[in-house]
Amino acid sequence: MDELRIRSGDDVVRVRQQVRMAAADNGLSLVDQTKLVTAASELARNTLVHGGGGAARVEIVKSANGRTGVKLSFTDEGPGIDDIDLALTDGWSTGAGLGLGLSGARRLVDEFELISKPGTGTSVVVVKWSR
Amino acid sequence: MERVPILKIGRTLFVSIQIDLQDDTVMRLQEDLADELAATGARGVIIDITGVEIVDSFIGRMLTTIGSVSRLFDAETVIVGMRPAVAITLTELGLTLSGVRTALNAEKGLEILNGRP
Repeated sequence: MDELRIRSGDDVVRVRQQVRMAAADNGLSLVDQTKLVTAASELARNTLVHGGGGAARVEIVKSANGRTGVKLSFTDEGPGIDDIDLALTDGWSTGAGLGLGLSGARRLVDEFELISKPGTGTSVVVVKWSR
Repeated sequence: MERVPILKIGRTLFVSIQIDLQDDTVMRLQEDLADELAATGARGVIIDITGVEIVDSFIGRMLTTIGSVSRLFDAETVIVGMRPAVAITLTELGLTLSGVRTALNAEKGLEILNGRP
């Protein structure tokens, strides 16, 4: 699937809609769809607010045991994250938020990978598998 | 940017969110509600989220803030119509919506507000 640009609040809404469609089309339950779309919303907002904009990619993946999953990748070329462990701590925030975006998103998905270095941007890849 | 309408019925403000909320719309609603509370002296706010597919940390914070702001205007906020999948997701996300009441539907929300002395 094409990359979705994240440059505005409207783009965040569009990412949510694309993720919802992909999740519904690939057998995720309503609760799992809601969890994945919520995680996508947090991560897309991070890309916009902290990364200065970037892109999202939605892919369908298959596991070795035949399960279908929805994989989301969010990339930006922003300032990056100094201390990833700290950034993933509940309640820790650089902005005015609750500090639940990143840590909460991680709890809502099955797989979560965050790669970031100061000065090189941030990439977050998550997967939610159908049950 | 879309705006969420606010209806005043008696001493209650009603907000029914029927659109896919983007952050600017959320901020605007917060401001509009504060203005309405100040202008009308309403005693209660009912926010119907039946049509809301997801509540992420930003929207959750908005709901909590509206609860706090309305209390400063001597009004109580009740969130009604939360979808089951949203409730499960919110809990897992770690959001408790402290400071706002919740009710199953608008009717029960009104009962809460009308039960006030």
